[in-house]
Amino acid sequence: MTATATATPLPVMPDQHGHFGRYGGMFVPETLMSALNELSEEYERAKADPIFQTELNRLLHEYVGRPTPLYLAERWTEKLGGARIYLKREDLLHTGAHKINNALGQALLALRLGKQRIIAETGAGQHGVATATVCARFGLDCTIYMGAVDMARQALNVARMRFLGAKVVAVTAGQATLKEAVNEAMRDWVTNVRDTHYILGSALGSHPFPMMVRDFHRVIGVEARQQILEREQRLPDLLVACVGGGSNSIGLFHPFLNDPGVRMIGVEAGGEGILPEKHAARFQGGRLGVLQGTKTWLLANDDGQIELTHSVSAGLDYAAIGPEHAWLHDMNRVEYNYATDEEALAAFSELSAVEGIIPALESSHAIAEVRKVAPKMGKDQVIIVNLSGRGDKDVAQAARMIFKEEIKF
Amino acid sequence: MSAPANRIDTRFADLKASGKRAFVAYVAAGDPTLDATIDIVLGLERAGVDIVELGVPFSDPLADGVVNQLAADRALKAGATMPKVLEMIRQLRVKSQIPIVLFTYLNPVYTYGYERFHKDAAAAGADGVLVLDLPPDEVVQNTELKPTPELCHIQLIAPTSPPERIASIAKSAEGFVYYVSRLGVTGAQVEIASGIAEQVQIIKGSTQVPVCVGFGVSNPEQAAKVASMADGVVVGSAIVKLIEKNGASPDVAEQVEAFVKPLVDAVHAL
Repeated sequence: MTATATATPLPVMPDQHGHFGRYGGMFVPETLMSALNELSEEYERAKADPIFQTELNRLLHEYVGRPTPLYLAERWTEKLGGARIYLKREDLLHTGAHKINNALGQALLALRLGKQRIIAETGAGQHGVATATVCARFGLDCTIYMGAVDMARQALNVARMRFLGAKVVAVTAGQATLKEAVNEAMRDWVTNVRDTHYILGSALGSHPFPMMVRDFHRVIGVEARQQILEREQRLPDLLVACVGGGSNSIGLFHPFLNDPGVRMIGVEAGGEGILPEKHAARFQGGRLGVLQGTKTWLLANDDGQIELTHSVSAGLDYAAIGPEHAWLHDMNRVEYNYATDEEALAAFSELSAVEGIIPALESSHAIAEVRKVAPKMGKDQVIIVNLSGRGDKDVAQAARMIFKEEIKF
Repeated sequence: MSAPANRIDTRFADLKASGKRAFVAYVAAGDPTLDATIDIVLGLERAGVDIVELGVPFSDPLADGVVNQLAADRALKAGATMPKVLEMIRQLRVKSQIPIVLFTYLNPVYTYGYERFHKDAAAAGADGVLVLDLPPDEVVQNTELKPTPELCHIQLIAPTSPPERIASIAKSAEGFVYYVSRLGVTGAQVEIASGIAEQVQIIKGSTQVPVCVGFGVSNPEQAAKVASMADGVVVGSAIVKLIEKNGASPDVAEQVEAFVKPLVDAVHAL
């Protein structure tokens, strides 16, 4: 089942009010409206300001480590026996994942806004680490909200954030994962909005976040496009990326959206299978709704209460998908599949053993999809998969699940 | 655009005629049970409360402090759903004509169906609705959220609302304007916020509807002081906290009545 893009270019999204078709928007309490409007205006100014862009690009190069390599995974390609597979190595960035592209951009914006206090939510801890890192770099006060369950499964990242000078606040409400951390960060923001900037970590939440986070991650796709043209003298046949909120995937996909021959697959967390409360695959049994500032596709019951979710990867364990993905799904421009915990763990092991690259459990969902589709494709075809983060943070959990061994930090 | 005269407008007209200010009380519907909520609302009415805000529970109440979050959790665990809350209001209407505002988040309303919610809530006997995460901007931009005349749409104004937003929100206000007196989530505070009187005057410059002030009011002195600066005061978390402590007690409604009476008296004495 291949989604084919039409030759007509897709309309530019979002509109000025942050809507991606019927999705997106600004569904927040009145207290936040003026801060969000101020943020939108300042972001537009920064985007058009060559000094801001030059500073951002300089830091992305010198501090963050851009551009990242596009690496041909030869042994893995041979093993799967189909399309040539390139890995976009976001795992090699400073702090170990793509998240710092956005954290850096938003920290520079906070400085422009004169806000000295930063808050953020984190699931797997990668966005928290990236935010704590840029706060240390610019001398900003930093508070990270993290679900207590995620703190337990990502203890290494909690320690990293603390070394970086951040205060990590455990959130115990509900199922104590990413969604609850966002609620708590929003509550902090509502209370301290005058001197605080909220660095939201995914292409989610109220406008302007889905657009702004996407724009800060577009560099992934812009680089990949140039790199593959240099290497293969042609565009890829397929892009694959995992989708929690959807920041790494939208960053890779966006610069290719108007290339009709490029197929794209977003991979959601299938958890223990598509059963109520056992997964986080919003396009499998989800519905249209409004959560945490945006209208999008989400997992809720018939009464509109948000359902529990499950994924082996904390970064994909979230009930709503970014609004632009919901729109791209409607437009049939991007296909959305899912990988189960078991498939992700098998992919984690395979890439580690065959390529000497340990992927994050989030990225392992994209790796798992490639294992399914690459063998069915021709040897002359090309896949780019976004290796959005490295797996160091997941080693203890994976050892427990794969080797049945406990590793303590 | 104002809704047809309903219980909220009538109550404010009566208060104005007698020179009194409004006391608005918030409780979470279904905490500890929906049956208990009926008794609690009747207790509030006996205490002299003018308008009741009933929280329709949502799993992710991001504008609420911990007291109201826990109340929503208890209500959901006790089985409260939108249809059951509306059925409870229908039963309550047999015994009481107190004005009722439903206080909730968009997702439960949206999932029920925005238009269907308005029709059914009005038919059950609700008078107004306050959707915390639905700013007026989105109502204009989403055809599926088109304004419906069955209920008064209560709007929030915050200390961070700039003058041009205050003017546009106030101008289209229905029922009353809820001025959030301080930044933050719902919950009782030791100190009341500053600058309330000035902000209320600015709001009143743009609207004919009454202005009520809430967020953080918990005792008779605060209630009287806040109400003196506006047309009414909203008290929520302090009552919810009492219900949290005494929910299992058979006379929880009487306890709520006894707690709220001195607050109402202090406001009505102004």
